[in-house]
Amino acid sequence: MTIDRLHFRQPLAHTPFYEAYADLSKTENWATWNSYKVPRIVDKLSVEYFAVRSGCSVMDLTPMEKYRIEGPDARSYLDKLVTRDLSKLRPGRVTYVVWCNDDGKLIDDGTLFQFDTNRYRLCAQHHQLDWLLMSADGFDVEIALETHDVAALAVQGPTSYSVLEMAGIAGLEDLEPFGIRELACGSVPVVVSRTGYTGDLGYELWVAPEHAIALWNSIFAVRGRYDIHLIGLDALEMVRIEAGFVMPGFDFNCAETTIRDGYDRSPYEVGLGWAVHLDKGRFTGRKALRAEKLRPAGRRLTKLVVDGNKPVGEAFIYAGRKGKQVGEIKCTTWSPILKANLAIADIDYIGGKLPDSLWARFDYQRELKWRTAWAECHPQTKPFYTPEHRSKTPPARF
Amino acid sequence: MTERYDAIVIGAGHNGLVCAGYLARAGMRVVLCEASTAVGGMAAGRRFGDGERYGVPGLAHLHCPVGKTLCNDLKLDDFGYSVGEPIDTIALAPDAAPLVLGVDSVKGDALNDADIAAYPQFRRRYAGFAAALAPLFETKPPRLKNLATGDLSTLTKLGWKIRFGLGRDIMYEFLRVAAINIHDVLNEAFDDERLKAAIALDAVLGSAMGPRTPGTVLTWLQRLHGERHGAIAMSNGTLVAALAQSAEAAGVTIRPGCPVERVLIDDDRATGVMLAGGETLEAGIVVSGIDPRATFLQLVGAPQLDTMFANRVRQIRGAGVVGKLHLGLEGLPEFSGVDASQLRQRLLIAPTMRHVERAFNCSKYGECAEHPVFEITVPSLADPSLAPEGRHVMSVNVAYLPFDVKGGWQENKAAIVRHILAELATYAPGIESQVSDHEFLSPADIEREYGAVQGHWHHGELSIHQSFMLRPLYGAAQYDTPVEQLYLCSAGCHPGGGVTGLAGRNAAKRILESGAAS
Repeated sequence: MTIDRLHFRQPLAHTPFYEAYADLSKTENWATWNSYKVPRIVDKLSVEYFAVRSGCSVMDLTPMEKYRIEGPDARSYLDKLVTRDLSKLRPGRVTYVVWCNDDGKLIDDGTLFQFDTNRYRLCAQHHQLDWLLMSADGFDVEIALETHDVAALAVQGPTSYSVLEMAGIAGLEDLEPFGIRELACGSVPVVVSRTGYTGDLGYELWVAPEHAIALWNSIFAVRGRYDIHLIGLDALEMVRIEAGFVMPGFDFNCAETTIRDGYDRSPYEVGLGWAVHLDKGRFTGRKALRAEKLRPAGRRLTKLVVDGNKPVGEAFIYAGRKGKQVGEIKCTTWSPILKANLAIADIDYIGGKLPDSLWARFDYQRELKWRTAWAECHPQTKPFYTPEHRSKTPPARF
Repeated sequence: MTERYDAIVIGAGHNGLVCAGYLARAGMRVVLCEASTAVGGMAAGRRFGDGERYGVPGLAHLHCPVGKTLCNDLKLDDFGYSVGEPIDTIALAPDAAPLVLGVDSVKGDALNDADIAAYPQFRRRYAGFAAALAPLFETKPPRLKNLATGDLSTLTKLGWKIRFGLGRDIMYEFLRVAAINIHDVLNEAFDDERLKAAIALDAVLGSAMGPRTPGTVLTWLQRLHGERHGAIAMSNGTLVAALAQSAEAAGVTIRPGCPVERVLIDDDRATGVMLAGGETLEAGIVVSGIDPRATFLQLVGAPQLDTMFANRVRQIRGAGVVGKLHLGLEGLPEFSGVDASQLRQRLLIAPTMRHVERAFNCSKYGECAEHPVFEITVPSLADPSLAPEGRHVMSVNVAYLPFDVKGGWQENKAAIVRHILAELATYAPGIESQVSDHEFLSPADIEREYGAVQGHWHHGELSIHQSFMLRPLYGAAQYDTPVEQLYLCSAGCHPGGGVTGLAGRNAAKRILESGAAS
């Protein structure tokens, strides 16, 4: 292996798509994601947001952690790794999974792609190679990091299906949500999955790095016909909160990097209990999760609609106005499409139950003068925003 | 056809025999599965040589009397248990006369009066420290989190013994030395190199530690705790025989030649075992008397364990560094400066602490000690049946020989044995020509023949981070395991190695108290 001695001159790596969008950035507002330079905001946040909700958005997904998992024991290995019952997963399908440490505390979440009987890809928010390898003890399975070997784009929004079709990717009409297809865009082989992190109709495109620009160009070639926008991480943050998706490392601590006792979270505590199947067979953390299930709920990440239109920010939550402090907001956004203040908050349960009345106490500025306000919060059990077109097959043509 | 028991004990080493005996005496229907054709594990005698004409008392050729409680509980005296004659230690040196170390006296040429006077005091003081630790050794190690009443009482007794049993000043001394190395302590106490090295060797033999390794005072205290019921003696085989008979009398079914292939687990709960032939046995509980690493990684399997736990099992430190050399001799060996009557004692070749430390250094880098250390006995003097008429057998522990020797044991064994014999010959001139038969067990052989992972006598290093409630590892203290109804009872558990039966007894008590038996 040779070491590039001048690597420090470019501390952030460029994805294979970078040269296509380097000049698109009007704001030069970049973010670091997994050591890659990606847009935070390309041009205007509202434009990017509405590209997801009423047009077509394109986002560079390359920095997402990707792992190839292959071998005769791949399935039994994954059964031990993740908390979810995988018996319904089959080749050509994707499923959402979480995995825990021995104490039943969340390490990360991700999407698990099954390509073949013994061939999978796991996409994760954070670096997982050490945990994946450690979990492989006793299994005939090969695990390799492929983050840098697979370029990926998320094409999301109500018109995304029409855009991809017009860009030359045929065969998407009967691809159902969480399905995978190996297709082509012109002469470029591309794997398309109907997955995403926006809660809207959308696809993720997986391509070899050398074909990245060709794929990009095919998609943006139909820009004259459709409104297509490259989006950054800020717009993604808005739409993922609307969709009710939690973000490991931001909405809760990942167990492997948590230092203080009790600061990590279990799947139940973050509202992912539906992805835990205690009777599916053994998996890491099952014993601890079984024990937790028997105890009254101690706390939950809870989706809240907050009254009013003032930005709530990082606020404490109280049981009743001026009541006992019971939690804190982990992420919040103004939802332009719902015209509502949305938040996801970590809330302590009282007597195993969510307190009846929840209020946020927050500070805001009016012409540089700080004020304190109270706003009532209304817990939601469903995602804030789930459009019908998201799961229609075939999707509507525009 | 599946047979059903209350308890299955895996491995008929002495701890397995003890545990099975206790469980059966509590009314359980117990089967004891042993891979080898004989019971006793490392304490079992073995034969070697042309037509197996020679015999040795076992890998553990010396041990101390077991405790009175154990003897009484299992009625070992009724089954013929007898303690061999207590023996002294003869410490050889290349260009000086040997020293003779007893329990409370030391003598030898060129030994100064200060050392002679200090020796019994030193022994008494450290025997006192070992006695202060007895509450900890003789029961299950206390769990510090969520203290149970029994654990609290163990800690209270321990605290009381250390504070009031020792007295304030001696308690300070105990706290000062408990975690440091034996090298520094011995340099404070004595002048004579032979004397210091002989004591240091007892602290480190069997461990991948040199006299300067931190924690070697603790290993010596563990050794002294073993001597509480009497001085060290030649193994005579009666312990293993008595344990086996006692267990059988209590109703234990002992099945030698019956290797367990795997522990059967249903829904995180041990339900029985599968034997090598495919036969299955069912039981309410399964107790493993073999190395915890083999228990978890081979019999249970990493896939059945949570990831972090399985990884911690992999990290257990415990690579053996002692080989065992058995020599069939055509006559009595002659060691320079040692008279024939002294051959009934234990001979040590460890002339200085530096010699021991250097021998250890080699093993750290995968090399055999250039000048090894030796612990030598001539068992045929105590038991003439071990050798044909007029002949003798010598049983020798040789350290430090790494488990993962550079180039592999298979390829290098012959050369290494030649080197060991040549080293031995510098103390016993002409011994090479007396050897008619020999057998050498490298740590790799010990792993293969005794199932002790990496050939470690104690199924895991007796280091502080692997002792007490951390033995064998965090997540499996107090003889429990993450697999319900699966328990551990080997030397890999608290209080560790030595032929004391304490791990087996503590485990049985723990199982019976926990109500797992019902």
